[in-house]
Amino acid sequence: MTDQLSVPLAGKAIQLTAVSKIWGDTRAVDQISVEVPEGSFTALLGPSGCGKSTTLRMIAGLETVNGGSIEIDGRNVTTKPSAQRDLSMVFQSYALFPHLSVAENILFGLKVRRVARVERLERLKRVTGLLGLAELLDRKPSQLSGGQQQRVALGRAIIGEKPVCLMDEPLSNLDAKLRHEMRLEIRALQQKLGFTMVYVTHDQVEAITMADQVVLMNGGKIEQAAAPRELYERPASPFAARFIGTPPMNLFSAHAFGALGQAETLQLGLRPENAFLDDKGSILLDVRAVEYLGADVLVDGVLGDAAFQVRLPSTNSTRPGETIRLGFNLENLHVFDRTSGKRRDDLTHEIGVHLHS
Amino acid sequence: MRSLKIKRDWVHGWLLLLPAMVFLFAFTHIPAIMTFINSFYSTPRGRRSAKFIGLDNYERMMSDPVFWKVLWNNLWFAIGTIPVSIALAIVMALWVNERLAGRGFVRMAYFTPTVLPLIAVANIWLFFYTPGFGLFDQITGSLFGWSASNYLGDPATALNAIIIVTVWKEAGFFMIFYLAALQAIPVSLKEAAQIEGAGRWTIFWRITFPLLMPTTLFVCINAVINSFRLVDHIFILTDGGPDNASALLLFYIFEVAFRFWETAYGATLTVALLALLSLLAIGQFFLFDRKVHYK
Repeated sequence: MTDQLSVPLAGKAIQLTAVSKIWGDTRAVDQISVEVPEGSFTALLGPSGCGKSTTLRMIAGLETVNGGSIEIDGRNVTTKPSAQRDLSMVFQSYALFPHLSVAENILFGLKVRRVARVERLERLKRVTGLLGLAELLDRKPSQLSGGQQQRVALGRAIIGEKPVCLMDEPLSNLDAKLRHEMRLEIRALQQKLGFTMVYVTHDQVEAITMADQVVLMNGGKIEQAAAPRELYERPASPFAARFIGTPPMNLFSAHAFGALGQAETLQLGLRPENAFLDDKGSILLDVRAVEYLGADVLVDGVLGDAAFQVRLPSTNSTRPGETIRLGFNLENLHVFDRTSGKRRDDLTHEIGVHLHS
Repeated sequence: MRSLKIKRDWVHGWLLLLPAMVFLFAFTHIPAIMTFINSFYSTPRGRRSAKFIGLDNYERMMSDPVFWKVLWNNLWFAIGTIPVSIALAIVMALWVNERLAGRGFVRMAYFTPTVLPLIAVANIWLFFYTPGFGLFDQITGSLFGWSASNYLGDPATALNAIIIVTVWKEAGFFMIFYLAALQAIPVSLKEAAQIEGAGRWTIFWRITFPLLMPTTLFVCINAVINSFRLVDHIFILTDGGPDNASALLLFYIFEVAFRFWETAYGATLTVALLALLSLLAIGQFFLFDRKVHYK
């Protein structure tokens, strides 16, 4: 990767306002509003069928919008065709043209837009240098490995020097090692070229490691839109709490801590890595299974009527059938309202007082 | 023991092959070889049995004006039917591949000519072409006030009239192949091109059409073979007339062999036809091979 691209591109901001997509009776995307700042990396994250790909395709102009508006750089593009939205896209299947060589694939858009030959070759040289494709230019896509095909798709997206780039699960067809490399590479490319990135993924690791902003979706709605750290440390809903982090956060009833004022309406959350052995701790766990993971052990147990997992140092010698006492720091406790599904930080202190009394 | 087992496998193998092989030899290979041999003999008549006459039959063929006439007819017939039916097939396939109301019905309607027997089709078209009260004369008569015309009886129009029937019959058949090929092209390719700013026309010529090339090759070879093979409708529509204006090579072979009973000369013409077809098929493969992208 050489530093050949001199002028960083200015990305453009994207604004989604109450955007909906309806198929028959189902609302695939239900009135979502997202703000993607210019030059930022935004990941649309969620389980399959949550509407994240549909949202991306609406931004791309490949899907019609049933309600709301999409603006790019302040310009309303809701009904504009893809070609007039000034963006590029990388597809999950790469969508390389199988009958064209690597060079022709990358140059396709420039040829369509009648960019002069000299400039085309100039840009091709820059992009292939950047992505290490120089030796592969005459090959057909079928003669390339998965990672190389991925690079060609990237090349085709960045050669147009568009201010916005959309990616639809671009790494899901690669093996784990390659995925890690490409993750770093895509992030570096985005920061170097400065375009605005909207990136769809179902993999929380991808979203957390790459994005400036993660938009977590579920059932066509936004659960939380926040920076990765915020999403992990202060999840806005039980869904967000369970979706981010491996193993997922333990959710349990407030009854576990005995009589508590509003116990009925509250749900508590504690991440497995935030609990530790403590003789005076307030959690009493019946151990059911112990998984050895090398650096640490994952202890499976039951707390009240809910499953509970805790990550302990591997020096620990807990065995199934034992009962252990666990403690935690109050700032790591998450409190959610059962009825509204919202976070209740205002109650954390009250619970803390109760536990210490 | 072991050699016995191998022997038994060997017998099994041949027994399994036998049924297909018997039919293939009886109806394809032996007749082809017999035809080739017969073309060097005279036609047996009554007590006079066939005798070896070397290349006499071939010399006769080269100086036969009717042979050259039907060969030219066949060339025009091929040029008239193949490109038009392929172009029509692509256009129809593109259309029925889109989301449109009653798509299944339209697809079926296009395919109907293929399902109908050619003889029945020819009879329907015979009515269309009938001078005076046929469909075409009724339309041209009431719209433009043209006088009755005998499309099938005029040497200038007879071949064209047959070409039209053939195109109508074949386009729907070829459409099915194009439709299948179109549906095998991933939608994301079209979307990727769309994002890059390509219009419908560019997408068709730069993406869709090149990806349809394997189908085009297949359809082309079939169309060429069909243009020599499909002669059923000629019997109904024109019987090769007037003055051989609408006779094709295979039709002429049938006339020579089974109407005039000159079987040896018929065999000679058949050899010429087979040689021509193999040349065309091989030529097409070489011509197309560079331009066709196979997955």
